[in-house]
Amino acid sequence: MTLRVRLNGRDLLLDVDPQRRLLDVLRDELRLTGSKEGCGEGECGACTVLLDGEPVCSCLVPAGQVDGSEIMTVEGLGDGELLSAVQDALVRFGGTQCGICTPGIAVCATAALRREPDASAERLRELLAGNLCRCTGYQLVIDALCAAARPAAGPSGEGAP
Amino acid sequence: MSVPTHSPADVAVGRSPPRVDGAAKVSGRALYVDDLPCEDAWHGATVRSSVPHGRLRGVHLDRAFDWSDVTVVTAADIRGCNVVSLIEGDQPALVPVGGTIRHVAEPVALVAASTRARAFAAAAAVRLEVDELPAALDLDAALRADALVHGDDNVMKTLRIAKGDEVERALAGCDLVIEGVYETGAQEQMYIEPQGMLAHWDEHGACHVTGSMQCPYYVHSAMKVLFGLDDAHAIVTQAVTGGGFGGKEEYPSMLALHAALLARAAGRPVKIVYDREEDVAATTKRHPSRVRHRLGLMRDGTFVAADVDLVLDGGAYVTLTPVVLSRAVLHAAGPYRLPHVRVVGRALATNTPPHGAFRGFGAPQAIFATERQVDRAARALGVDPWELRRKNALRAGDTTSTGQVLEHSVGSLAVLDALRRVAPSPRPDHEGSSSPAWPPPRDELPDVRLGSPVRRGRGIAFCMHGAGFTGSGEQRLAGRASVATRPDGGFEVRSSSTDIGQGAFTTFAQIAADALGVDGARVSVLEPTTDRVPDSGPTVASRTCMVVGKVVEDAATALRAHLLAWGRAHGLSGADLGEIARAHVRDVGEAERTVTYAPPPGIAWDDESYTGSAYPVYGWAACLVDVAVDDDTHEVTIERCVHAVDVGHAIHPVMVQGQIEGGTLQALGWALLEAVKYGGGRVLNPRMTDCIIPTSADAPKMETLLVESPYPFGPHGAKGVGEIPMDGPAAAAANALADALGIEPACVPMLPETIAAARAAREGAT
Ligand code: FES
Ligand code: FES
Repeated sequence: MTLRVRLNGRDLLLDVDPQRRLLDVLRDELRLTGSKEGCGEGECGACTVLLDGEPVCSCLVPAGQVDGSEIMTVEGLGDGELLSAVQDALVRFGGTQCGICTPGIAVCATAALRREPDASAERLRELLAGNLCRCTGYQLVIDALCAAARPAAGPSGEGAP
Repeated sequence: MSVPTHSPADVAVGRSPPRVDGAAKVSGRALYVDDLPCEDAWHGATVRSSVPHGRLRGVHLDRAFDWSDVTVVTAADIRGCNVVSLIEGDQPALVPVGGTIRHVAEPVALVAASTRARAFAAAAAVRLEVDELPAALDLDAALRADALVHGDDNVMKTLRIAKGDEVERALAGCDLVIEGVYETGAQEQMYIEPQGMLAHWDEHGACHVTGSMQCPYYVHSAMKVLFGLDDAHAIVTQAVTGGGFGGKEEYPSMLALHAALLARAAGRPVKIVYDREEDVAATTKRHPSRVRHRLGLMRDGTFVAADVDLVLDGGAYVTLTPVVLSRAVLHAAGPYRLPHVRVVGRALATNTPPHGAFRGFGAPQAIFATERQVDRAARALGVDPWELRRKNALRAGDTTSTGQVLEHSVGSLAVLDALRRVAPSPRPDHEGSSSPAWPPPRDELPDVRLGSPVRRGRGIAFCMHGAGFTGSGEQRLAGRASVATRPDGGFEVRSSSTDIGQGAFTTFAQIAADALGVDGARVSVLEPTTDRVPDSGPTVASRTCMVVGKVVEDAATALRAHLLAWGRAHGLSGADLGEIARAHVRDVGEAERTVTYAPPPGIAWDDESYTGSAYPVYGWAACLVDVAVDDDTHEVTIERCVHAVDVGHAIHPVMVQGQIEGGTLQALGWALLEAVKYGGGRVLNPRMTDCIIPTSADAPKMETLLVESPYPFGPHGAKGVGEIPMDGPAAAAANALADALGIEPACVPMLPETIAAARAAREGAT
């Protein structure tokens, strides 16, 4: 089956088995290995991509379903070597450790902050609840996202008690 | 759009520059093993036993399956020594026909094919013929010797500590003896990247393996033993690794051997990447434990004696269990002054997949029991649990249970006081009152202010954690690291310490830059590859920054001295160090300095009597957890979590904070959420769907307090921090539940049904 997609801002025609998981098409066919597989069943969020602006687990999406859609992966968030504000904040505020969850978090948070630019730290915790991170305990991730959302306010989005 | 920029000052030790691998990780450019381009690699899959105990009679290939494009490997293809070499050579890489199967996930055969799907189909077409034997599936069965898994009594190892008088006599003289039995369950590391390894053999007969791992030299020595290779023909490289937490300490050796066996048989590269289910089902987890604890004290609160009997479930093979047991035993007396101590620790063998390293390494299990006991003692005496801990806390000059005199960097009172400063009351609802009374009046009725009725409670825990290898371990390891010049005037750190997310590479760059006196941006850290980096020892035991970091610092200092002297002799006095380095490489080649770790003076340990300096230094931590428990569903919400940790000195405060918070959440998950369920020796919930870990919505806001009591023999005063955050929070959460509900939690995890049962039992009793 030939799919027509817009991937990270580029129009593409893809000849693939419509049953293949979008994650495999991205990783194996297109060599976009930024999307990771942590579970293969929609639990960890490491494979998160944006499908028409909505975060989805690419391990659950059959390729046939994305025909005519716009897809954004972690590789498309920045501008060449330049990191996006969300990516930059994740690096600067300690929001990435082993990094395996980070692409999914960066993608999901980008969509979340686009939709709810004023999201509170607490709200961000809810919006990110589909992206598991075993390293950070989440505090520095949330701090980083608050900083990305409100560059002037600094990282301490949750404030001191 | 912006890029991280930093001025030289931001890179210095004590600042928090962006981590060196940060940009690659957030942009998806970092290559983990499954991301490495290798077009011609085949995919490997593992055929595992399906019974917990049995004799392997045969391995049969289904005739209906087309085997023409599949490589199959069994134990018969192993020409060398069929073991996964570690402490004891008891675990085979593949069970041979005629051999014994000791657990359900035991590897028996391997297959490889051009696609993953084909490899899995082939694995499913291999049939094992097994005579099943009776199995010992848990601690009780192992003690009863329902089946013999190890030796003639299933005891893998026994360790004893004795201090002071005979403990029964000491307990008999106490006003009060608190007695309890505590159990903790297995815990899955659940790194988000499953284990994976890529292997190929080159035309010179050398095997190259690259993968997700903590300890390249462990894999290296396992490769050498099984394949009979010399140092140069086993080349092991760490790929970017998506978390380890101990889970990638020794199991990667198994994957490496398997991938290498398949690659040799297939004559091409072979990659094995586990899916989540296989990873959870087969790889090591935290040891389940049972601890019987008696604490004797006087009416004024002075601790007198502790008697601890501790058993760990080691699983089917020895792996790292004796070392885990050692750490459990050495932490069983807690951070307290205790004149009389007896600890007996035993590790038992069962027919379950081996248990292994997980952050804390036996200490969290022991500390859970100790800190529950101390809390019960406080309630029995009617004193503030914080006061009781402070009264009995070890101080500089005091002696531990092994007779070690604490000399340096004893932050015990500092962490307790730091905690009290931010949370001055023993009860959450009394915060702010100027003279907190203890015991506070317990609300008879739950708080219904927010709709559903909740009961609130506060718990604390206090602990110490030995940093680095136990006893004379560091001396034996003699970890080495090098710093060298680069042709472009930069510098390179070479060490086998891996960055598994904890930030080792960034920390090393900071330490080396500081010692060289150059900008951190000019220091790089070489990817750990055994043919290019010296053996720095394994990346475990909270030792990387403290021990290897110190070696890096010394190597950098030596290199700087050499370059300055060389520069003076060659007309470069006063020149920039990078300029001298460049000239050195150009004129006489690379300059490199390698340093071997020298343990601090006065470290004497006796393995026979278990006395002496168990660890070069200890970290100290005090943790506070406030819970709100739904009165009907028993769902627990953590409303506040404060962790004060003495880290010696924070080289990179943000990464240290990240270590503490990540460890704290793993501990809270272990306490309240994470249950690995077994049935018939098999993990019944080997998926993220049902073997859950905390999400961002479950996690509390973390309040992390860094306390710095510098360690004179660590780089800039730093000491280990990786594991200690795992030690206290589970007990703090249990103590908070005790405070909220009047129950005495005795097991981990404390799931809503466990809590409900404890409440029902208590109400039945009153
Ligand atoms: S791999 Fe898709 S959610 Fe985990
Ligand atoms: S940084 Fe390791 S899982 Fe999130």
